Amino acid sequence: MTDATLQPVQDLAPPRSQWRDVWDQFRTHKGALTGLGVFVFMTLFVLVGPLIWRIGPDYINPNVLVMIKSRNLGSSFAHPLGTDQLGRDELARMMSGGQISIAVGFTAMALSIFLGTLVGVLAGYFKSLDGPLMRLTDLFLALPLLPLLLVMMMLFAPMISHAMGVAAGTFLLIVSAIGVTSWMQCARIVRGEVLALKEREFVLAAKSVGTPPFRMILRHILPNVMSPVMVAATLGIANAIITESALSFLGLGFPPDFPTWGRLLFDGVDLMQEHPGLVVWPGIAISLTVLSVNYIGDGLRDALDPRIRGR
Amino acid sequence: MLNYTIRRLIISIPVLLLISLIIFLLLNLAPGDPLANQPLTIPPEVRQKMKEALGLGAPLYVRYLLWLKQFFWVEPLHAFDWCFGTHFSVGMQRILSWQFRSPVFDVIVQRMPQTLTVVGMSYVIGVLIAVPIGIVSAYRQYSWFDQIGTFISMIGYSVPTFFTGVLLIVVFSVDLGWFPSIYNTNLKVVDWQTFLLQVRQMAMPVFVLALYNAAQISRFMRSSMLDNLQQDYVRTARAKGMGERTVLLTHVLRNSLIPVVTVIALGVPTIFGGAIITEQVFKVNGLGQLLITAIYASDVPMVQTLTFIFAVLIVVFNLVADILYGVLDPRIRYD
Repeated sequence: MTDATLQPVQDLAPPRSQWRDVWDQFRTHKGALTGLGVFVFMTLFVLVGPLIWRIGPDYINPNVLVMIKSRNLGSSFAHPLGTDQLGRDELARMMSGGQISIAVGFTAMALSIFLGTLVGVLAGYFKSLDGPLMRLTDLFLALPLLPLLLVMMMLFAPMISHAMGVAAGTFLLIVSAIGVTSWMQCARIVRGEVLALKEREFVLAAKSVGTPPFRMILRHILPNVMSPVMVAATLGIANAIITESALSFLGLGFPPDFPTWGRLLFDGVDLMQEHPGLVVWPGIAISLTVLSVNYIGDGLRDALDPRIRGR
Repeated sequence: MLNYTIRRLIISIPVLLLISLIIFLLLNLAPGDPLANQPLTIPPEVRQKMKEALGLGAPLYVRYLLWLKQFFWVEPLHAFDWCFGTHFSVGMQRILSWQFRSPVFDVIVQRMPQTLTVVGMSYVIGVLIAVPIGIVSAYRQYSWFDQIGTFISMIGYSVPTFFTGVLLIVVFSVDLGWFPSIYNTNLKVVDWQTFLLQVRQMAMPVFVLALYNAAQISRFMRSSMLDNLQQDYVRTARAKGMGERTVLLTHVLRNSLIPVVTVIALGVPTIFGGAIITEQVFKVNGLGQLLITAIYASDVPMVQTLTFIFAVLIVVFNLVADILYGVLDPRIRYD
């Protein structure tokens, strides 16, 4: 009998988690890293900024004379980005507007990803649902989305803001309108992935030990479609922010009391000859945020692709 | 191929009917009152009569079927009459706009040329710019040209058109005064002078939209070229001793254009409808602006018809893209 002593393996590096690998790959993408930095900065700007810059976004000086004097100022020490036509501080308005814009971006993205993943998984996993659900997706893809969004905003905004208050109602309406009209790409991607996953051995193994469909989807399918869904989610944020500002820019988004970046831009257009700052700052904020999110999406796509990773 | 086309055409009929139903129901079941803009002093019975005069008294399904009949039967007949001088559609009621008090399609025909010149031109220019940029970017991947090209296309793709448009107006109309910020539709091109004016007023909207379109198409072109440059047939072509020019422009380009052509075809409906924002920024009174004003004026027949026309265009060009793909790529067979 031989003594097969197992040599304890010492010089082996600790196992690397998948997300560590993804992060290492992500870091090599210069644009994505810059994008992440810019996006974190913008988020901090709108979230932490109001704690430091204490002027209220709706503060109008009650003294009429002071108010009139403080209208449409250029940038100064008291108002770094100047003031608007009612003497409100533009920097504070940019911060509170950004909160709404970014919140709309995240919430609408979450809704559209939820719908898209739901439809995609159901269509991919259950063969009987595949046909109807994919026809539904095609139908939605054939709808002219921007005109329908405009119509929806126009028709439902008065009712819903009457029922729920202007801010909450408009927010809910915009988020659900954007979510309902942007889930189709995600559903198609997820369906494709699920169809491929279904043929894999681990799914067969799980099935053979009697995993019910619901747990199968949650435990085995969903974690494996995470990567494309994450990329779609990132791009979804950019899409939602652009759509919201486009609606606000056309005057059919948030009302003037709740200035999102798009609304600020829309309000600034009338004054752009004298005060170009009023249109330039919100525009730059929207563009920077969307650009950074798109770069993050690009980097994430490369990082999550195992064929590229490690090269 | 013919079989496939016919099958797709037949499938698209129920799709279009469903879309028309969705649009109709969305507009007609909404809680808003189409007469809400009228003065409150109008007595209720008069208001009721006004509603009936607008055709709102009839039940929902009658209105829907009437609209479908007008859209698919009366309007084409009328167009036929107008073209050939016949009198088939005499006495038939056309779709009437509430705000213009004239047939919806007459207004659309008036607005079409502006949209086609500005937005169509920008699409053509966008494609013409995007294809060479995509080719060079892919061929010299990671070169400075590629880096700058991808960066600019990322910007063109991320910066919303309403911001680029407004920025251009601030810089080139307000500060420099080179271009007018408002599109003058009454301008008739009769001589060199007016032609220059026309070019100047088209410059900014065309630039904004061309940048946006070029950004998207050049990304597709680049990735499609990159996919093809790795293929074995490229190595074979080079091994046979073909020049780089032939390899690139004859072999790789022709293969990479296949998906790009379909993307271009899919983008055509946006020429008609998608430029809503740019038309609004530069005050071009085309179809997009018509839609916006109709929405503000709660002109239901106009909004309904325009939206449905956009939907028809999307369905048709989806079909065109699929068929083009089959024609251009012999590996794709649909049966």
